[in-house]
Amino acid sequence: MSKKLIELKKISKSFGNDLVIDELDLYIRENEFVTLLGPSGCGKTTLLRIIGGFETPDEGSVFFDGEDITKMPPNKRQVNTVFQKYSLFSHMTVAQNIAFGLRVKKKSNEEIQKKIEYALDLVNLPGFENRMPDSLSGGQQQRIAIARAIVNEPKVLLLDEPLGALDLKLRQEMQYELIRLKNELGITFIYVTHDQEEALTMSDTIVVMNQGYIQQIGTPEDIYNEPTNAFVADFIGESNIIDGIMLSDRLVRIGGQDFECVDEGFAPNEPVDVVIRPEDVELGPPENGQTTGTVTSIIFKGVHYEIQVASAIGINFMVQTTLNFPVGSFVGIRVIPDNFQIMHKPQSEDEEILDANAQTGAAHEP
Amino acid sequence: MNRKKIQILSIPYLIWIIGFTLIPLVFVVSKALVTPDDRLTADNLTAIFDSVHRKALITSLEVAFISSLICILISYPAALIIRSFRIKNRKAMIFVMILPMWMNFILRILAIQMLLSKNGIINHLLSILGLGQIEIINTTFAIILGTVYDYLPYMLLPVLNCVLAIPDDIVEASKDLGANRYTVLTRILLPLSLSGIGSGITMVFVPSMTEFVIANILGGGKILLLGNIIEQEFSVTMNWNLGSGLSVALMIFVLVSTLLFGRDSGADRGYVI
Repeated sequence: MSKKLIELKKISKSFGNDLVIDELDLYIRENEFVTLLGPSGCGKTTLLRIIGGFETPDEGSVFFDGEDITKMPPNKRQVNTVFQKYSLFSHMTVAQNIAFGLRVKKKSNEEIQKKIEYALDLVNLPGFENRMPDSLSGGQQQRIAIARAIVNEPKVLLLDEPLGALDLKLRQEMQYELIRLKNELGITFIYVTHDQEEALTMSDTIVVMNQGYIQQIGTPEDIYNEPTNAFVADFIGESNIIDGIMLSDRLVRIGGQDFECVDEGFAPNEPVDVVIRPEDVELGPPENGQTTGTVTSIIFKGVHYEIQVASAIGINFMVQTTLNFPVGSFVGIRVIPDNFQIMHKPQSEDEEILDANAQTGAAHEP
Repeated sequence: MNRKKIQILSIPYLIWIIGFTLIPLVFVVSKALVTPDDRLTADNLTAIFDSVHRKALITSLEVAFISSLICILISYPAALIIRSFRIKNRKAMIFVMILPMWMNFILRILAIQMLLSKNGIINHLLSILGLGQIEIINTTFAIILGTVYDYLPYMLLPVLNCVLAIPDDIVEASKDLGANRYTVLTRILLPLSLSGIGSGITMVFVPSMTEFVIANILGGGKILLLGNIIEQEFSVTMNWNLGSGLSVALMIFVLVSTLLFGRDSGADRGYVI
């Protein structure tokens, strides 16, 4: 593993009476693509601004390469930011925008010229030197903003929902561009987004945040397949979250019926949250099912159908499948043991608050 | 709204501009181009280069230029300070700064006269302190002081408008790229404020070029601005032709200097005030 480049220790920050981040610890390794993911108001942007130097934490410290930079102003930090609103200097040409940081550092004209060309090539906009920002499309402006940041050869590039204002197609293109850039430049990316798909596509590590707390840190696969709690499961992709009782190791009771699963280590008869991804629910002939149900709605989503099934055990399943089951069909429902994710119900008061907050946090999502 | 309705909406202003701008302008220009016995001449226009007129023109220029400059030097830092305030505190500050505008401007000038005059408040205070008297009234300085006092809000408002419109994230972006305060000011804030400063100059420089009331009250008739001379031609000497000629010449002069100054003024970006 590469070394820790940024370390946040016990960071707290409030605005007025609003506690945005509470005693947060996090480290970020060199050359990692880290995504801070969470609903609006979860503190992810504030955390990014603390790393960039635009906010000072009320408590706690920020370390960069072992050095305490908590009080260092942004212009002295070895990080550069790509802002949500692009924030290009409207009174300067594209070349002057890109050159800004280099001129501040008093680089030679020759070097600046070279770097402008290099950066424009890197973001696929060669020949745009003399254009004014106003004359560019949103996607082009964002590329220039990225070029303007990376010519300074920062050790860390901070990106604050940089693709938020772009349309879907362009956003997907830019996601690939960013992955390519990260690999070519070999620098650390810290990326803030509320878009779980964006996070899953690009990240090496995802930090799921809610209400100022970190909910889970892991690879995209970890986060998706092994969410630690119902909030993460719900936020990352769609899920069936069902109340269950863990009868014994590898056996869970849902709606009066017992199902085999692979989870162990729960107390006997412990109430749990059972998470089942919609694509993991299999539909077939009634005789093949562990239980049965009736299709109540079906929506075509392109790659798959999204089907609601009212099951005999009293639970409504959301199912994603490429097969077509008309409304009213009587079907069998199957989930293989591997696809049950069993989670502890929130126990302590703290966890309960987190969980309650998780609900309201998710509701704020636009 | 269709075209016809829009045309109807323009009627009140059309009446106004024809009655109070166009017709008087035609009248003044036609007077300017003839002698009192109605022979065509350019003498009234070129009269501005006569030594007395030239001197008054230069004093006018001096007053207008220095006043505009002082207004900028006061307004711009003030605008930066207000920018740094939270939004709810900004309103109170702006209110205080434009409060003098609520008073009639001649009243304001008379108040300044009271302050500055030989037996005025300032001299009174100085003599109490045993510092003797100073002569401020009836100097160019007094006129400049009055002009700044009267016109400061007209500089402050457009400058403030412009400075407050600069997004925070632009400033943050420049700091992020390594700019210190000085660089942020010179490379980001000032260039993005030029349109506001431009319209401020138009609104201070132009009217103070043609000023005569302030000069009458605070100059005591000892310092002549071109405005004073024009006024005298109309009301004392009754040479309306010469007065019109000087007016037109001054108008041309102002027009040229605004074009030079204000090519990038805010008017085209919607910053009228």
